[in-house]
Amino acid sequence: MDINDVRGLGTIFALIAFSGIIWWAYGSSRKKRFEDDAHIPFLDDEDGTPQHGDKDRSK
Amino acid sequence: MSTAFDHPEYNYKVVRQFAIMTVVWGIVGMTAGVFIAAQLAFPALNFDLPWLSFGRLRPLHTNAVIFAFGGSALFATSYYIVQRTCRTRLFSDTLASFTFWGWQLVIVAAAITLPLGMTSTKEYAELEWPIDILVALVWVAYVVNFLGTVAIRKESHIYVANWFFAAFMIMIAILYIGNNLSIPVSLTKSYSIWPGTIDAMIQWWWGHNAVGFFLTAGFLGIMYYFVPKQAGRPVYSYRLSIVHFWALISIYVWAGGHHLHYSALPDWAQTAGMVMSLILLAPSWGGMINGMMTLSGAWHKLRNDPILRFLVVSLSFYGMSTFEGPMMSIKTVNALSHNTDWTIGHVHSGALGWVAMVSIGAMYHLIPLLFGRKAGDMHSIKLINVHFWLATIGTVLYIAALWVNGIMQGLMWRAVNADGTLTYSFVESVEASIPGYIVRTIGGAVFLLGMLIMAYNVYMTVRAAKKEAGNAVAAQA
Repeated sequence: MDINDVRGLGTIFALIAFSGIIWWAYGSSRKKRFEDDAHIPFLDDEDGTPQHGDKDRSK
Repeated sequence: MSTAFDHPEYNYKVVRQFAIMTVVWGIVGMTAGVFIAAQLAFPALNFDLPWLSFGRLRPLHTNAVIFAFGGSALFATSYYIVQRTCRTRLFSDTLASFTFWGWQLVIVAAAITLPLGMTSTKEYAELEWPIDILVALVWVAYVVNFLGTVAIRKESHIYVANWFFAAFMIMIAILYIGNNLSIPVSLTKSYSIWPGTIDAMIQWWWGHNAVGFFLTAGFLGIMYYFVPKQAGRPVYSYRLSIVHFWALISIYVWAGGHHLHYSALPDWAQTAGMVMSLILLAPSWGGMINGMMTLSGAWHKLRNDPILRFLVVSLSFYGMSTFEGPMMSIKTVNALSHNTDWTIGHVHSGALGWVAMVSIGAMYHLIPLLFGRKAGDMHSIKLINVHFWLATIGTVLYIAALWVNGIMQGLMWRAVNADGTLTYSFVESVEASIPGYIVRTIGGAVFLLGMLIMAYNVYMTVRAAKKEAGNAVAAQA
């Protein structure tokens, strides 16, 4: 195996990784959670007081 | 600064310090920029003093605007965003104030050593080794503090802005240390450990990622928080932001080779740099569209909110310069543009139009809030609008002047007579550039004037906030 095989494999790996990210980001079972995640900047009060009541979002 | 504005939960002190210094260093760095721009138009302005010569002040300008102004904006916003989106206080207040005072010390050291001519001669990495070590220490403290805060978060998901900030600070640590590895020969002089062409490649691996990670990924972190906040609606597509993040950070690191077209760098490495730069258009525009479309259905807000206008127009300049960049990375285009003013114009459409304008928008949102007022509640909204127009007109004058100069220089340098001799001597192209240099100086000065108006507006806002806080205390007593 020479260096060009490694380069070819690298390209294939990048393609698989990219497809995996697309699949993960756009999978329909994760649609709802990403829509919720987009609201994170709005979870605390305007003056910045954290809202700890939201239990199911806690770590 | 007064403790009247301390937040019960979060560390706002360090954010306040960096936010104020963003304005201060912005004015200092841009004043240096306008001065050296004027030197190109009127060379007598170097006053025959070595400390005021263009060669020494130019790195002072670039370091001041990138690391002092841009760096302060990034520290302020990242410390703020990570606390608010993780709903927890910073991991360490001690590390936070170490990063603030350490960073100011770095800036002061740079402002002293660069005019004295102490330089490693590497672009955007001119500082000599003792300062490099201080930068590395401050930076590691920053990374530990930021990631430590993410680790103790009370929110299960890590918001996308924090991903961009984390990528920016980790990559900058690796690149900065890698590129600055050197052998000291005295306290003020060192030589790179990398030889010849490898040194050039390592330098532009750093140089282009100072653009890609410091000036892009970090500021995209600002965009992903402040555009939704100021528009009052979540980002257009969170799923796109995930693809945007991974695509952008995995491609940017390969693009540096385009700075070395037609050099001793092997052809394949030049071509790889060019191809990766072209691919980079996709994630760049993905991010721009994601930011812009956040306003879909709320475009009317642009009419009366100059802060939002700053943020959105910064995205237009981002889109424009990330189209221009890949185009200039094509070898045949680069043959015309390389070493001309076009390159400097391109950098400034990103630096003034994107980096500075998104930072200014974020600061107008943030500064009143840090002093106990509502977000964006500045002393004068009218003056923000004036600042917006000065910044936009200044940027457009600047980049238009350097497009004209750059293309003209490229064409003059390559023009040949029928017998194969050069049509123009170099100095003829310099002489022909002077009108462009004057227009660019005016553009820069207009942009700087906007920053001075911002400083006044910030001063008045802080003064009023302190008065309000004083009255509140008096009313309680």
